[in-house]
Amino acid sequence: MLNPISLAFKNAKKKKRPALLTYTVAGDSSKKQSLEILKAISNYADILEVGVPHNTPVADGGQIQTSAYRAIKNGIKMNDIFKIVSDFKKSKNSKPVIFMGYYNMIFQYGENNFLAKCKKSGVNGLIVVDLPWPENKNFSKKCKKNSINFIQLLSPTTSNKRLKSITKDSHDMIYYISMLSTTGGKLKVSPKNILANYNKIKKISPKKNCVIGFGITEKTISNFKNTDGLVVGSQICKEITRSLNNRQNPVINVSKIVSKLRKKIS
Amino acid sequence: MKLKKGIPLIDQGDKLGFWGGKFGGNFVPETLKKPIEDLEIQFNKLKNDKNFIKERNKYFKNWIGTPTRFIKLKNLTKHVGGAQIWSKVVSDANGGAHKIYNATVHCLLAKRSGKKVIIGDTGAGYAGKMLSMAAKKFGLKCKIFMGAKDIRRQQPNVKAMKKNGADVIPVYSGSQTLVDAVSECMRYWVANCDTTAMCVGSTVGPAIFVRICGWSTSQISRELKVQLINEFGKVPKKLKLYNCVGGGSSSFGFWNEFMDYDKKQVEFIGVEAGGPSKSKKHAAPLTYGSKIGILHGAAQYVNQNSDGQIEETESISAGLDYPGISPLHCFLKDVKRARYTAVSDEEALKAYQIVTKYENLRPSLEPSHAFSVAIKEAKKFSKNTIVIINSCGDAYKDRGILEKKLGKKYVKSN
Repeated sequence: MLNPISLAFKNAKKKKRPALLTYTVAGDSSKKQSLEILKAISNYADILEVGVPHNTPVADGGQIQTSAYRAIKNGIKMNDIFKIVSDFKKSKNSKPVIFMGYYNMIFQYGENNFLAKCKKSGVNGLIVVDLPWPENKNFSKKCKKNSINFIQLLSPTTSNKRLKSITKDSHDMIYYISMLSTTGGKLKVSPKNILANYNKIKKISPKKNCVIGFGITEKTISNFKNTDGLVVGSQICKEITRSLNNRQNPVINVSKIVSKLRKKIS
Repeated sequence: MKLKKGIPLIDQGDKLGFWGGKFGGNFVPETLKKPIEDLEIQFNKLKNDKNFIKERNKYFKNWIGTPTRFIKLKNLTKHVGGAQIWSKVVSDANGGAHKIYNATVHCLLAKRSGKKVIIGDTGAGYAGKMLSMAAKKFGLKCKIFMGAKDIRRQQPNVKAMKKNGADVIPVYSGSQTLVDAVSECMRYWVANCDTTAMCVGSTVGPAIFVRICGWSTSQISRELKVQLINEFGKVPKKLKLYNCVGGGSSSFGFWNEFMDYDKKQVEFIGVEAGGPSKSKKHAAPLTYGSKIGILHGAAQYVNQNSDGQIEETESISAGLDYPGISPLHCFLKDVKRARYTAVSDEEALKAYQIVTKYENLRPSLEPSHAFSVAIKEAKKFSKNTIVIINSCGDAYKDRGILEKKLGKKYVKSN
């Protein structure tokens, strides 16, 4: 049986489009609202990345930082985040969930406890921004034992030698960072260039689902239709901030954006 | 976990950059793996390269001004009674603090690797000021990330950075202090590591930065060892080295040459910032038993909540106002080679008043923390005990704070 993440890719492929992955921060702007946002956008997205907010995020740009600080300020705790996921998983149109965060949160929870809790609440995959290969070897093995997809990251600075080793050690999904940037940066590399690197990865590792993230927005997404999957994060976080500032409902506005994103790649 | 003799501590980490198997490492985004590896290869080669060492020594001597003075504080010794109190006046160095050593080495490395821009973080503003000086000297463009709160409280250094042509980029996130400045600097490096070199301002960050900084500031103890032998004919039988500890760069540099001595002969005392006496917040993770966590790419004892969110710190001294601590110091604490304690803002201010009353020396608020403990303990020691405090920064940058806390006379009379 395919795991839920691979199944989501397979279903998107059947429809001849990339899978759409969204990123929102757990607890932004409140526990209740972030759950509502997940429920609303899962009508259009295939896989939901749930950001675990951390207050010293070294790879996140302004938009995601704002969301993370807002969530922390509103009191979000690790156990609340698990609860959000398990509540979401009970909803009728739930989708696979990937946690994205920083290693200290896992380290403090205890790796084994963390994974047990992930399994219990229905988390299907993990992206740990600051736990690169080979440092992640042991943890990634533990994930596999618990049927949780550990998602390796690749970037334009990853050497060919590293690329081969990392893809070899990866599970079903890999994440290509499109450019040298924190999250939310403007796409400063041509789509052609990004796709060339993407194809290089696919050539080395054709069976694994490779998604592209960083700099993907409504404006740029249609350039990447022939890929396995695309991640949109900062634009969504920005929309939450904008909605709150204008006293509008973020749930409605965010789901509008995700619906548009989906249309652009369908 | 054991301290090995005959190998510099900066080289005692394992393959993945961990000291004692658990402190340090490289918890960094994938994008930074390559630039970090490049820097490792470059540094490992150059640190044993005679020409590079010659070049470093030339700039240390002619530009930074080595050696800095080693002086006896006669009046203070008399006032305190007990041990002989001496000071290594590292604030004699060009720019007024020890941060110049690391900044110079990073600029030399950046120049050799063909980088045109160098970026750095700063708390008290010294790391930033020195990096801006060195960048100017070596023809590199310079950007300094500094918390907005620190920009307000360390104006003299901000002015100096700007005068040297550096861009000072205010950081408004989080507590607006050093911790946020380091995060923002790392983020900038993530986005620009192909053209830009990064200098981490202390013995913190991914392992290579800990090593480069420790290697650079070790100049302090190399000089001190020679000065001790000149003064006493040998390394004294009872030597106590007091140093403030924020990130830990000056203390590590002050101790490194004496690492292999028995601690009964050469004792290391690190003094952390305890914060205002009425506040629960502090910047003393070693003294107050903080748990191990990951901050800025390295595992270390760090102030954090049970979830792993980094906690805000508070200290009168911007240079010590950091929730974490160098992996080197975590290691030295656990192997019991060094002893760590903390003093409050008020105690540091009091020590500043005492030192400036008796001596023609003006330690900044950071070394004033070390003076506070040294003065308290020196009373109890015998006359043949040599107490040395590293006066690693000059109080000029603290004028505003000192005037506010102690009144004008403490600024004017000095």
